[in-house]
Amino acid sequence: MKNITKLGAVSALSLIIGASAAFAEDIKIAFIDPLSGPFASTGTNGMHQFEFATKYMVNDKGGLLDGKKMEIVGFDNKTSPKESLIQLQVAIDQGIRYIVQGNSSGVANALTEAIEKHNKRNPDSRVLYMNYAAVDPALTNDKCNFWHFRFDANADIKMDALTDVIAENKDIEKVYVIGQDYSFGKAVSAAANSMLKEKAPNIEVVGDELHPIGKVKDFTPYARKVVASGADALITGNWGADMLGLGKSVIENGFEGPIYTYYAAGSGMTAAFGESGKDRIRLISQGAINPIGSEEARDLYNAFLETYPDGNIDQSRIFNTIGMLAQAIEEAGTADDVVAVANALEGMEYESMWGGKLFMRPDDHQLIQDMHIGVHTDEDIEFDYDQSGFGVKTESTIEMASMDSPTTCEMKRP
Amino acid sequence: MDLILVNLIDGLVTGLLLFMLSAGLTLIFSMMGVLNFAHASFYMLGAYFAYQISLALGFWMGLLIAPLIVGVIGAGVERYGLRRVHQYGHVPELIFTFGLALLIEELVQFIWGKNQMAYNVPEVLDFTAFAISGNSIPAFKVFMIFVSVAIFIGLLFVLTKTRVGMIIQAALSYPRTVEALGHNVPLIFMGVFGVGTALAGVAGVIAGPVLGTFPGMAFVLGSIVFVTIVIGGLGSLWGALVASLLIGWITTFAKSYNIEMESILNAIGISTPENLSDNPLRDFWALTSPQIADILPYILMVLILIFRPQGLFGKRDS
Repeated sequence: MKNITKLGAVSALSLIIGASAAFAEDIKIAFIDPLSGPFASTGTNGMHQFEFATKYMVNDKGGLLDGKKMEIVGFDNKTSPKESLIQLQVAIDQGIRYIVQGNSSGVANALTEAIEKHNKRNPDSRVLYMNYAAVDPALTNDKCNFWHFRFDANADIKMDALTDVIAENKDIEKVYVIGQDYSFGKAVSAAANSMLKEKAPNIEVVGDELHPIGKVKDFTPYARKVVASGADALITGNWGADMLGLGKSVIENGFEGPIYTYYAAGSGMTAAFGESGKDRIRLISQGAINPIGSEEARDLYNAFLETYPDGNIDQSRIFNTIGMLAQAIEEAGTADDVVAVANALEGMEYESMWGGKLFMRPDDHQLIQDMHIGVHTDEDIEFDYDQSGFGVKTESTIEMASMDSPTTCEMKRP
Repeated sequence: MDLILVNLIDGLVTGLLLFMLSAGLTLIFSMMGVLNFAHASFYMLGAYFAYQISLALGFWMGLLIAPLIVGVIGAGVERYGLRRVHQYGHVPELIFTFGLALLIEELVQFIWGKNQMAYNVPEVLDFTAFAISGNSIPAFKVFMIFVSVAIFIGLLFVLTKTRVGMIIQAALSYPRTVEALGHNVPLIFMGVFGVGTALAGVAGVIAGPVLGTFPGMAFVLGSIVFVTIVIGGLGSLWGALVASLLIGWITTFAKSYNIEMESILNAIGISTPENLSDNPLRDFWALTSPQIADILPYILMVLILIFRPQGLFGKRDS
């Protein structure tokens, strides 16, 4: 009897060791983004898209490097730079070599700095930072480093495309710029001002304003100022609850012009805007959803809806991130040597299923891609958001946007 | 001039909304001495329940039923939670309500997810009531003003003119005497807690469509409600009203006008230092009123605590 118990214990133990050995083979990716607080929905939806991307694009197709699986590990940073650095340390201590983060450039600035220092001091446990949504231009300019790769277009590239459209619209003579009071909001404001001045000197910026991020209860006073200024169009980089609050408030309080945004879709926002935002809200993004870029993307989206029936693919760049990382790991032939993986990522050209070619610019690690300007509508929508019937329909496309844009980045390679 | 009128109305809406939350909180505090950290969570529950009910039965049934459910839950929390914890003193009570707030937030996320809910203004009220030089005042805001004013008058009437109100007031100051007279004081406590949370529920029902219905909505309002009752004086209904309106108007006006710190300082006789960009205080000089609008109530609270610790209408000597 005793022997059997011993045998059981030993075999159980060996099973555990065997299992953990198998886990160690996996390529873990730390997802450091808000999973609680005012921006929890944005973060959680992003994490679902990452989990699905790794499963559908990598794991179900047999994994990488003879069967290694990719695994997303969630870390809640509560949108706080301080908390993010703690979570980064936890992730590194768990042996994770790949970090993905996107929500808030404030966090991104803290992370990229911390990662650069860490990699310098600890060559044995270097990590790569895949930034899928933080678009402060500084991250690929003054603050660039070899370990940071940005898969979203930066605020300047997006504003470049947006201002092209605004400059062509003859009905717009006055614009109002409003954003969240941190690095990204300031970058949007600076870009809007300088680019409008250059492209359409006749357009006057009648308001330029920042509000506290994630703390405004009621946007009515801001909406009043927008209306009072007589603006024909509104430009905002707001995201999450701040975007919905601002958008609803300006529409309710009598603003009648178009609202040009970076992030006014998905995470419940599309449903909440509904009819009131139709043909009013425009957004700039990479990756077209309606019409969809390819059959492959259509299959993927349908499979995604089977897993998350009430989910949205509102950040298709997440799939580009995973696709390009997977290709880089295959090319490098290793997932442990992040320098080799980074070298493979640098200068990579990749055919995106969402349409167009992607090019990871080696000078500053900014992904160059097609940009699309879409409108919030319920017509010609194949894939709606939030099961609302409303979605984003592409109105115009700029191919390989800002391909030759200058950068102040001086990349130091290891 | 027109904008001033518009801002007065906007500030009134914000203030009255705040009042519905702080009225319940201040009543509960004056009766039981419990600072209910979960109060804003009941507000959130009101919005979510009303959203769920409105899907099936429309907005008006939501307005009717959701606060009732929230009130019953509140009464239940008092009867089976707070009353048991009460005997161990105030700190366990605080911790209990604090835990409850976290629990409710997690529950809401568990049931409804983390996304914004598409809880919208009912179609009957989805029009512009009137416009003042291009600034439209939505009918729903007018409706919000009426609901909250009605609630204030109702509360004031019940508390000062009816027998129930007199017993409540008596139980406030002399609970043992009231008990000795044969009134069921624990039942009164439960009732007040239920009504207080139901008021928060009403606030949630009518604020949800305007301010957004999402799991962070309690967190965003949570602290400002405490500030309101501290400024107004703990336990005072009039104080809660005045403080709410004050905060509503201060924040609205501060956000609507870009008053620069530089012009304020210049006005009181401090001249702008030369080489401002090299000055260590340059960020302070560059401040504008919208940037600091949300901390103005807190500054006001600190000033009140220094110069009039019992609050504007508070009766307690401390």
